[in-house]
Amino acid sequence: MAEETPRSEAQAPSAPPSAAKPAPAAKPAAAPKAAGHGAAKAVPLATLTPEMQQLQQHFGENVIAPAPYVGVLLQDKSRLPEVAAYLRDELKYDSVTNLTAVDYIKDGYFEVVYHFQRSTGGEPLTLKVRVPRPQGNDLSEPVPSITSIYAGADFQEREVYDMYGIPFSGHPDLRRILLWEGFYGWPLRKDWREAYYEGDTKPFDSRWPGGHHQLAEERVPWADNVNYPPGFDPLNFHANPDAGLYDSMAEGVPGLKVATKNGHSESETTVLGNGQALAEDEELRTDQIIVNMGPQHPSTHGVLRMVVKLDGETVTDLKLVLGYLHRNHEKIGERNTWLHNIPYTDRLDYIVGMANEWGYVLTVEKMMGIKPTERAEYLRVLMAELTRIQSHFWAIGFLLNDLGAFYTPALYFITERDLILDFFESVTGSRLMCNYFRFGGVSRDLTEAQLAQVKELAFERIPRKIDELEELLTDNEIVKARTIGVGYLPADRSINYSLTGPCLRAAGVPYDIRRADPYGIYDRFDFEIPVLYGADVYDRYRIRVLEMRESLKIVQQCLQQMEQTKWGDIQAGKKAYNHRVPAGQAYARVETPKGELGFYLVSDGGQNPYRYHIRSSSFINLTSLKEMVVGHKVADAVVILGSLDIVLGEVDR
Amino acid sequence: MALLGTGILKGLGVTLRHFINTYAEDLKYLLNKSAAAQPRPLRRQSPKNKGLVTVEYPKERLPLPENFRYVPFLVFDTEKQEEKCTSCGICAKVCPPQCIWIVRTEDPVTKRPVPQPKEFYIDTTICMNCGYCAEFCPFDAIKMDHDYELSYYPEEQPHMRLVYDKAKLLKPDTYHASIHPLDWQRELADRAAEEAKKKAAAEAKAKAEATKPAAPAQPPTGTA
Repeated sequence: MAEETPRSEAQAPSAPPSAAKPAPAAKPAAAPKAAGHGAAKAVPLATLTPEMQQLQQHFGENVIAPAPYVGVLLQDKSRLPEVAAYLRDELKYDSVTNLTAVDYIKDGYFEVVYHFQRSTGGEPLTLKVRVPRPQGNDLSEPVPSITSIYAGADFQEREVYDMYGIPFSGHPDLRRILLWEGFYGWPLRKDWREAYYEGDTKPFDSRWPGGHHQLAEERVPWADNVNYPPGFDPLNFHANPDAGLYDSMAEGVPGLKVATKNGHSESETTVLGNGQALAEDEELRTDQIIVNMGPQHPSTHGVLRMVVKLDGETVTDLKLVLGYLHRNHEKIGERNTWLHNIPYTDRLDYIVGMANEWGYVLTVEKMMGIKPTERAEYLRVLMAELTRIQSHFWAIGFLLNDLGAFYTPALYFITERDLILDFFESVTGSRLMCNYFRFGGVSRDLTEAQLAQVKELAFERIPRKIDELEELLTDNEIVKARTIGVGYLPADRSINYSLTGPCLRAAGVPYDIRRADPYGIYDRFDFEIPVLYGADVYDRYRIRVLEMRESLKIVQQCLQQMEQTKWGDIQAGKKAYNHRVPAGQAYARVETPKGELGFYLVSDGGQNPYRYHIRSSSFINLTSLKEMVVGHKVADAVVILGSLDIVLGEVDR
Repeated sequence: MALLGTGILKGLGVTLRHFINTYAEDLKYLLNKSAAAQPRPLRRQSPKNKGLVTVEYPKERLPLPENFRYVPFLVFDTEKQEEKCTSCGICAKVCPPQCIWIVRTEDPVTKRPVPQPKEFYIDTTICMNCGYCAEFCPFDAIKMDHDYELSYYPEEQPHMRLVYDKAKLLKPDTYHASIHPLDWQRELADRAAEEAKKKAAAEAKAKAEATKPAAPAQPPTGTA
């Protein structure tokens, strides 16, 4: 076991993170280092696509240069809005599908990475911008915001600010998004350490051969493991992390008294309107009020907090407070080995574990340049499409809950979903946390009994139950009255907001990764991408029913075609646990039932990902919620949220 | 839009059908002796079932599939009367939440590692039941369990009790065979194949030695 990473770092994470360079993978200068690292070594530059060349011709070669490994590099970051506008208007990249950053600590810069996408399909265009790394915990130099050009960049820029301390100049509401205002430190910077820090990368030596068990709190005593800002005094600390939030919603509304002093300590917020105003005025005047919905389940979808401003019952403004389920999944992912991450992806959107695994495994396979076996390809499609069916059952069931049809329809559909989960359990060993996909294959093949079980479901039971679902709901007058025309968001706005998944297809955009940027073996099946044009809650319901029928078609064809493949041939190459992924970067995505799930991975050639970013569809779909909800009643806000079908495990990560 | 109510009536019809089916299904099984012999949890879990799907846990339990995985256990070889684990440490390395702790045994004289774990801990409060340890173990020494009821009352100090040591982790291979019949079959077949291979190799070697005496066999004896 000579490939163990010798860890030079001391175990005690006592001191606050200094710039003491905890090397990402603390290995003695081995072969080619991290992606983009070490200018002395020849880093392979990206080959430019025709679009990239066009961009380079327009802006000149000293502005747009080929980036290491993938995409183009924008040398002068102040020209970013100009470049983004050109991409949108001339090159027709109409949405920014992914926006993240990477901390190249050795080279001393942050790289902000943009992936632009055409709604007509094709590969995304990668654009990178670099900012120098600041000292200690300071903010870096600002990067111009592109929210005015791409509305979908809103939450994503806030996330990058939250995690890296990179401010975006011109962003309308730049606050922390997953962490609370007043949090000290920027968690995804490479020199930041979590509370129970043990080492930079797994596996830890203390487990083997060292091995005496120790609880985490014994290993790392409390009070040694938290970072405080300099001069922090717990006795005089009064947190009001929401001051900035209420401030931002109070603007321009007369009659709404929000008295905050800027800062996080001594502000006092009066959210309700001042009662005396009514007596003094001669005419009856209504005040707008701010109401917090959640975080305890505003709509049974998890711990999400919607702060709505109401005029009577009508929503006039909406802000979301996220992060109640935040666990810094991406940092955990950087500590893990490549293999360790597969079961963690199950916990992202825990309803559709199999689809998440596929996204991650697909990206790593792309970097390693391997392909799964035939049999494994079919098993993957089978699992992913069954996942889509069960997720849509769940989504529709809970949409009905949000409409007030408490639990009768939801439980009918959960019964069907449970039968699919029974199948997952018998194959993989677990209902939700399946951990089924492997690099180059899957973990288990089906037995005869399991095959019979899934055939009974796919050919007999599920088709019948989808018919029943439609009988129950599609023509129901109450459902129609509550949903038609509610939550309207036209196609062009949806695209601009980077909306993906069924909600985008219900707005008349036939964009589905399975056809737009194909992966796996979807080209072998006869199926359609259903499109509807209502762009409201009713069509978001109907599109899910149509998609379930298409998925069923794929499952049926898959089961028939699978008979020609060799039983038991489920793993390409030798089964391994210590993978090394060649240095480089990759972005790959899959169509989950919620939308586009992408993974942006950076490898430095070691056993662990250097950067592990998740483009979460639930999170980015929420960006457009405000525009859908404003103008509707409070009760409809809940329904519209339900129609987006988010899962907070993936939103908060 | 005119609210005629046909859609609502149709929907209510579906609900009524569900309601009637819950009774009809049970009645069918009561009247049919051979079908009634099938245990209720199994019947209710079947995709053919139209009636109620719930069972009365904990009086009734759904049957667990063989692949079901919960916190792992160590296999004790009852035939050889020894632990199968060789403390190679692969399970500790592939464990994503790093919940496996192993201490190797050292030979007191030579200080070389002995293939037997001295201590073996699994912190089940951290274990995420992913099954990697069982999947990557080259000796079939660690397997996923079917026992999913691990709760304790707070005064019982669950965080200490749920750290399993070797004594608590070891279970006989007969137990493993009873919950994983297919996997056990595969293990036996693997073992038989390996032994046959070994035997064939030994026979071939013996044959080679028998056919070519003296000359090629000299160097090893000479060096010894």
